[in-house]
Amino acid sequence: MKIIYCDALVIGGGLAGLRAAVATQTSGLNTIVLSLVPVKRSHSAAAQGGMQASLGNAKMSQGDSEDVHFIDTVKGSDWGCDQDVARMFVNTAPKAIRELASWGVPWTRVRKGVHEAVINTEKTTIVEDDEAHGLITSRDFGGTKKWRTCYTADATGHTMLFGVANEAMKHKVDIRDRKEALSLIHENSVCYGAIVRDLITGELEAYVAKGTLISTGGYGRLYQTTTNAVICEGTGQAAALETGIATLGNMEAVQFHPTPIVPSGILLTEGCRGDGGVLRDVDGYRFMPDYEPEKKDLASRDVVSRRMMEHIRKGKGVPSEFGDHLWLDISILGREHIEKNLRDVQEIAEQFNGIDPADEGAAGWLPVRPAQHYSMGGIRTNATGESQTLSGLFSCGEAACWDMHGFNRLGGNSVSETVVAGMIVGSYFADYCDTHDTVISTKTVHKELKKQDSYLDEILSRADGEDIFPIKKRMQEIMDEDVGIFRNGDGLKNAVDELQELLTRSKKAVVKSKARAGNPELEEAYRVPRMLKLALCVAYGGLLRTESRGAHYREDYLKRDDKNWLNRTLTTWADEDATLPEVNYEELDIMKMEIPPAFRGYGAKGMTVEHELSEKRQEEVDALKEKFEAEGKDRFEIQDALMEYGLPKNYKDTNERLGVGRE
Amino acid sequence: MSNITKGRELTFSILKYNPRDPESRPRFVEFKMYETTGMTLFIVLSKIREEMDADLSFDFVCRAGICGSCGMLVNGKPLLACRTLTADYPDGNIQIMPMPAFELIKDLSVNTGKWMDAMSMRVESWIHTNEVHDISALEDKVDPDIADETFELDRCIECGLCITSCGTALMRPDFIGPAGLNRVARFQIDPHDNRTNEDFYELVGDDDGIFGCMTLLACEDHCPKHLPLQQKIAYMRRKLVSVK
Repeated sequence: MKIIYCDALVIGGGLAGLRAAVATQTSGLNTIVLSLVPVKRSHSAAAQGGMQASLGNAKMSQGDSEDVHFIDTVKGSDWGCDQDVARMFVNTAPKAIRELASWGVPWTRVRKGVHEAVINTEKTTIVEDDEAHGLITSRDFGGTKKWRTCYTADATGHTMLFGVANEAMKHKVDIRDRKEALSLIHENSVCYGAIVRDLITGELEAYVAKGTLISTGGYGRLYQTTTNAVICEGTGQAAALETGIATLGNMEAVQFHPTPIVPSGILLTEGCRGDGGVLRDVDGYRFMPDYEPEKKDLASRDVVSRRMMEHIRKGKGVPSEFGDHLWLDISILGREHIEKNLRDVQEIAEQFNGIDPADEGAAGWLPVRPAQHYSMGGIRTNATGESQTLSGLFSCGEAACWDMHGFNRLGGNSVSETVVAGMIVGSYFADYCDTHDTVISTKTVHKELKKQDSYLDEILSRADGEDIFPIKKRMQEIMDEDVGIFRNGDGLKNAVDELQELLTRSKKAVVKSKARAGNPELEEAYRVPRMLKLALCVAYGGLLRTESRGAHYREDYLKRDDKNWLNRTLTTWADEDATLPEVNYEELDIMKMEIPPAFRGYGAKGMTVEHELSEKRQEEVDALKEKFEAEGKDRFEIQDALMEYGLPKNYKDTNERLGVGRE
Repeated sequence: MSNITKGRELTFSILKYNPRDPESRPRFVEFKMYETTGMTLFIVLSKIREEMDADLSFDFVCRAGICGSCGMLVNGKPLLACRTLTADYPDGNIQIMPMPAFELIKDLSVNTGKWMDAMSMRVESWIHTNEVHDISALEDKVDPDIADETFELDRCIECGLCITSCGTALMRPDFIGPAGLNRVARFQIDPHDNRTNEDFYELVGDDDGIFGCMTLLACEDHCPKHLPLQQKIAYMRRKLVSVK
């Protein structure tokens, strides 16, 4: 049996993992990246619209700062995020984008002079300053006060991924694709690597490392209708969960994007609405301003998705053989804009639906309906990215619950998180690998290898029983039906019951071909039980959480309940034979928050059960601010006094902005 | 999902072969199914695996024409399978084969990643510079047109359709292909990269590089991202001919 040693093991080769690998490799650590697919094909490539960073270069983004980005992110999260982590993020995002520019990501730049833009369906003239010419520009996105989303047309994730992957190659990071981590190797609550299956040869290998980082993305494929790539099956979270020690955070926090195209579920970027596109109903009527007078089509994703479904329920959807949908109208932006800035959207619409969205009027309208899009939940870590319970296990990107998104992520904050967390967590991870030794007995390594080996043999030895594919399909149907945008106690209870039954059945499924390699059905047979465990964490967490917060919306508990539910769900799975996770909660401390819970500024008003400390903390924050302002302290000193946070390297440096300097 | 239209019957003939299994022989296997609205080869192949042949290997990731995983030969033409519609085949007979020029893994799965990584290493597909950027300071300005032009060439998704279409690539395994030449052109115009034409000549100034192209240009015909390969290969050749 093959044992491979390295200093730092990174599982998952998307943006987060590759950026973290650059951090470890450049600090002199021998780093190996494992990926299910060639890394440039990772799901990061599918991020279209852009990356949030408060550069403030373009006219409509002037006045932006870390502070504004921070407030938007906390409101977006519906106060479910860790505010210190959100602060770490917003301060590093401008650095991340500038680093990527120097690595060759061809960010779209500000062009001086007069431009036409469509704002609130009106043609508006914007004049860009001469001094900003050639700096990185930005577009509007949902839930943000400023135009903060930087982009390369609508292929932002693609260019970022190629930029970071190229940089990793430059530093000679050892990247190995078509490798799948089946389980983690750990002893005395310390993680030392993973048991890995080669997806070409079928061979099992043990990768033993000082530290292990999981960056395998989200778990969207638990759902039937999802924008996620087919590889987003939560394999990383499952490996962490199955240690019985590492915890998963807020698994029930699942985002539904407003505008995937019907029926394929392929994403059409939020940039469509950010650039001025609008939603229309069966009558061609623009309905969003009726529901959200202030943010209209650009409220946060959870709010827009619910309003759309609400409107469909009122009978205003467009009937089709694939169910009712609504229209996304970007034709009003004009052909020139679409063919320059929304090219992939146009290509997707033409290729998959035969519609050219630049065609004027209804001919160019695109059929859309909300679908699963993002996993806010994931491997729970502390602010350095390390598991709170399993030392030496780090996680970053969508795979992690770091947790800057809480119960709803803002558009443009996910690709931004991948590289920012790759920098920050990558740096802490490098420190860990640098200061720890591999002290694990080969016996433990062999035992874990043997366990996975026997498990695969056991699957192949099953003689008769049911197919794995229908079990997977049923899981995805249940998640869509009962654990979707609208949830209620009865539906969630049904989901939990049936998913448990499916989990039991999945462990007896039969694989027709008995080959250990080149056998896609075998892969399904070992992945589906793991996916079902994650599905149970999502559904059970959702059942227990009797409130509505961000993307978690309970029709039987309509209010955000800060009094009882200002906490994070933590799930563990210690007993292999159990059919339900153990659930615990981690309280969020209002008295340490920079912004105590309040109204988000969009969504329904008066829908909060207040916590008594919110008002108290607000008074405290206001008094402190007033006092420091009177003393002439700057915004950084005031922020520091309200809520301290740390950052590695020089990431805490203030960011320079055009016309503002470093103030 | 109600009343999905059941259409005509389609026939798929798919090449199956496992080079790692000594008993396996290349063969075509036939599958039949009814067409549905908007049916793509992603839907077809997934359905075959789920319901007819669980052993069939193929690669999809994004299934949206973005990641470049699913290049295949469909009735002899290289295409991204995920965005190939069955409706475009009027007689309902569709033959699917793996792309030549790449190592065959099994059935329709080929190792394009390995090929592309070797190409990237060969052309040193990264920014070459000695400048150290202070990432908390303002970024360097870039002419918006140059940024757009770099982006245009950065849109390559390494799907390999151009390599499969390329006469030289099929004859010379070491030829860096249209994807490689496009990559060189991409870094040549990027103002962040300090390499000169002399440097690029050192990398690709031979018959496995810029002088290998026979200008058949099937690469441009098949590029799913419509990259201006013809123009860029000619441009790079002009630049590198003038070196020395």
